[in-house]
Amino acid sequence: MIHNVPVLIPISLIFFAFFTGILGVMRLRYSQLVAVFASALAFSLAVWGMVYVLNSGTLSYSFGGWPPPIGIEFILDRLSAFMLLVITGTGLILLLFPTKPGFKIEEKRGVPLYAIVLLLMGGLCGIALAGDLFNLYVFLEITSLSTYALVSIGSGKAGMSSFRYLVMASIGGSFYLLGVGFIYFATGTLNMADVMSLLPAVYSSPAVIGGAIFIVTGICLKMALFPLHTWLPDAHSYAPPVVAAFLAAVQIEVSAYIVIRMLLNVFTPEFMVGQLPLTDIIGWAAAAGIIIGSVMAIAQKDFKRMLAYSTVGQIAYVGLGIGLANPLGITGALLHIMAHALMKSCLFLIAGGVAHQTGITGIDGYRGLGRRMPWTMAAFTVSALAMIGIPPTAGFFSKWYLLLGSLDAGNWVFVVVILASTLLNAVYFFRLIEKVFAPAEPNDASARDTKELSPRMLVPILVFAVLILVVGAISVLIVNNLLTPAVQGL
Amino acid sequence: MENSLFSYLPLAAVLISAVAIVFILLFRNRPNLREAVTLAAAAGKLAIVFSLLPQVLDGKYPAITLFSLSPGIGLALRVDEAGLIFALLASVLWLVTSVYSIGYMRGSGEKHQTRFFASFALCLSATIGIAFSANLLTFYLFYEILTVATYPLVTHKGTPEALKAGRKYLAYLITGGVVLLAGIAYTYQVAGTLDFKPGGVIPDTAGVSQLAVLFSLFLIGFGFKSAVMPLHSWLPSAMVAPTPVSALLHAVAVVKAGVFGLVRAVGFVLGPETLAQFGLAGIMSVVAGLTIVVASLLAFRQDNLKARLAYSTIGHLSYIVLGLSLFSAAGWTGGLMHIFNHGVMKITLFFCAGAIYVTAHLQNISQLDGIGRRMPWTMGAFTVAAVGLAGIPPVAGFISKWHLVAGTLQNQQFVFAVVLLLSGLFNAGYFFPIVYRAFFKPPAESLHSGEASRLMLVPILVAAGLSLLLGIYPDALVHLYNLAESAAQQVIGGIG
Amino acid sequence: MVISVAELSIHYSYIMIVILLVIGLYGMLGKRNLVKKVIGLNIFQTAIFLFFIKGALKDGATVPVIDPETGFEAAAYFNPLPHVMILTAIVVSVAITGVAMALLLNIYRSYDSLEEDIIMQRMGK
Repeated sequence: MIHNVPVLIPISLIFFAFFTGILGVMRLRYSQLVAVFASALAFSLAVWGMVYVLNSGTLSYSFGGWPPPIGIEFILDRLSAFMLLVITGTGLILLLFPTKPGFKIEEKRGVPLYAIVLLLMGGLCGIALAGDLFNLYVFLEITSLSTYALVSIGSGKAGMSSFRYLVMASIGGSFYLLGVGFIYFATGTLNMADVMSLLPAVYSSPAVIGGAIFIVTGICLKMALFPLHTWLPDAHSYAPPVVAAFLAAVQIEVSAYIVIRMLLNVFTPEFMVGQLPLTDIIGWAAAAGIIIGSVMAIAQKDFKRMLAYSTVGQIAYVGLGIGLANPLGITGALLHIMAHALMKSCLFLIAGGVAHQTGITGIDGYRGLGRRMPWTMAAFTVSALAMIGIPPTAGFFSKWYLLLGSLDAGNWVFVVVILASTLLNAVYFFRLIEKVFAPAEPNDASARDTKELSPRMLVPILVFAVLILVVGAISVLIVNNLLTPAVQGL
Repeated sequence: MENSLFSYLPLAAVLISAVAIVFILLFRNRPNLREAVTLAAAAGKLAIVFSLLPQVLDGKYPAITLFSLSPGIGLALRVDEAGLIFALLASVLWLVTSVYSIGYMRGSGEKHQTRFFASFALCLSATIGIAFSANLLTFYLFYEILTVATYPLVTHKGTPEALKAGRKYLAYLITGGVVLLAGIAYTYQVAGTLDFKPGGVIPDTAGVSQLAVLFSLFLIGFGFKSAVMPLHSWLPSAMVAPTPVSALLHAVAVVKAGVFGLVRAVGFVLGPETLAQFGLAGIMSVVAGLTIVVASLLAFRQDNLKARLAYSTIGHLSYIVLGLSLFSAAGWTGGLMHIFNHGVMKITLFFCAGAIYVTAHLQNISQLDGIGRRMPWTMGAFTVAAVGLAGIPPVAGFISKWHLVAGTLQNQQFVFAVVLLLSGLFNAGYFFPIVYRAFFKPPAESLHSGEASRLMLVPILVAAGLSLLLGIYPDALVHLYNLAESAAQQVIGGIG
Repeated sequence: MVISVAELSIHYSYIMIVILLVIGLYGMLGKRNLVKKVIGLNIFQTAIFLFFIKGALKDGATVPVIDPETGFEAAAYFNPLPHVMILTAIVVSVAITGVAMALLLNIYRSYDSLEEDIIMQRMGK
């Protein structure tokens, strides 16, 4: 049974996607229940898989019984297990958030909303498990299509943002496909492990170099790495809160994971660092992205837009870790994937909850909310401190490893970038914390009658906040057991 | 680590006030019960810290390591002499301040008292955590928690002024934290460990440039909280906070945490011998010396009593920094003792300032004519503390100053001996006029005031009494002299 | 490095593919009309398909359906794998186009126009 786990996760999610689609026609509420059930199932399978991998090593599943490299395979190793945990765990908690504030949809409209969400999660899990280059493309596009649909829910602005996102992301996906073509024609195989063993023979051929460039560029477009990030602010600001959380906390991270996977298991580090300075370019682009994302975030007046630019900066931290291409750097990058997933989800849920309860979307409107929504704002404070990087939150530990990695590589510029961005993040987050806890009467008339968020909204928010602290405390366990072995190849 | 003894006590000392927070929040609508929780926690903390004294004096260091923070680096607590000095200071004064705060907050009708007492408890947890940290990462964790936990206290009043001061406070301290993080990460790279060891952990193979970088990072990183010039301006601005906050936190906990950081960085990470070898220590001495002089001069210009006390603090903190920069056991003993002595004396002064504000509603020195007649006990205590800060026996300040001067002479740095003596004169110069005004000038007609309330007066007298006691018998009660000397010996004579 | 026309003409298909790619990119990024952008995307993706198909060709080979007359060696048949990949990719492309069209309907309903600058204006940028 255990051997089927790798395939069961995405397949079950997709199956339930259809199921909830049908249910959604009848009543949105039922479909939410099924969606929660499906993601809980996926999460438990992911945990089971993780336990197995920790004890017994990598698990491989071949589709249709065709052995690799002829057949398509799913690989569950420590890295994929880690990503699966992040995807299904975050997804599960996000799905618990009530529909109306989360998706800005009337419950009765019968839109197959949760079906698409499950499809998204299934696609993401497929990406994490893929052991085959083309299979990854298929799941990547499944994911992207779901996100195009989800982002467009809501106002007209969301529609246009989704369109522009569609155009740019499709370019990205197509570049990836082109790159895969080059690699295939140079090595004759699509299986990642196979490519890795065959590649050294053809390192310097233009086809392989071209292929690598196309693949990485395509994925960086989806990852919103500076300067390919321009689709992100609009898409994340205008999308409904839970969708924005899925995008910022999960989809972007998984794209970063693809780059890491390419680095570790397809184009070996010798290639990406030695032959072609791809990781250097990624690293420097990321450094620029960190600063620009943080600076732009300071300039924003709308809360969600501020979070969107913050995401540009945060995913660039992951890019920085990738760019360092040493064990500590990649460890930091992976840990940040998990930390950011938790922090950003919490923040977007808070944005959604507050907007729903009080109609406040601008930063100025948050004045004085600390008194009226103490629990929510406590969670906000925890997430904000984590984003800045104050110990003992999870956000601090990922920065710590990135710092150690930068020092290891002798790159003081990166050190300065990481530390400077900490200060920049502090500016826009503490500005908000100050507003929230300022005792002045809130200016908004409706805010005066504000009460705390309902428990249904509050529970996911608090769960994320607690997880931020817990992950911080157990970060060493995660690093020792999952991440360090995963980056052995460096 | 040598001589470590497994014990839950250090952890208990840190956690007792954290646990208290829960109860403080629970009892937010029952002020007497809530205040009782604070007092109980403070008394408990003091008892636990005190119980650690005999073991440390004996040369055994209670320690406990919790989970791992990073591969090879744990969340580790270890009580040694230097840490115990700081912890004793914080716990003794928390108890005293808690009593005082109750009087102050009720006397001036401050709002948000639950938030106040809860944040205070968190700050004290962080402070004890800082005192007992066994490695730089644990230290950093508690250090940053302290920054965050003190923010609600600085901005307590909620006025635009308070918020502005809070922003400045955060800007300075978080910048310091960031610089410090760089230093810590680099230390890990150079030394391979973050543990504190007397005499330093830097291997002999480290080059000058690496040392110089580390030294600068630590000096700047800790310099913010230690209010070394020019990184000091957050301190006078932070005086906008209620006086108990200024008293305990900005005369004792936060600033002493910064200085204590320098104790650890110079004494237990970099090593004073190494620093002296490469001439880096001189930079620290010069910076400290300049701060002492400039701060004292600026103190003269302040009419607001708390502002004058703030600049005085800045000066005295650099006494300690100066002591740490000397490669001399006497200098270190003096510096470590001054951590405690200055804390006790300064808190007395701040308490008096607060009492004057609450009882007579006065904040400026020019208004204090004749107040000694109405508040004789308060001003009496003020006088005792002022005498001590000027370095005049028999108050405690004389003892630490004596050792500091001896340290400078040992190192043949006569310039700094002169600076210290001059500063004593300056201290007298800006404190004694206040005493003179209070007792020897006739009061203005608008001065209607009685003595301070008992809740405030008792802590004032206790603090003043302690300063006097430590001046006569430096080893009284808390064995300050023993601890300081022992720590200094280890640091100076320790294995590099 | 001089490339002779003769060399280039051997690879004429690749040159066509590159031209198509550029046309597609231009359409997506340069044109203002949203439908034209979608068309550009299609052209771009088709160019990639052509690239794969071209890569599957072999000299003297035939359609990959096993025919006893032609024999059983792999070299006698085109490589079917890229064809299979392209079939999948075509489906993906169609799906993307479908979603794009749905979005365009949505946008048109909200903004009454399909020109990018007019829509941006109405969005209030």
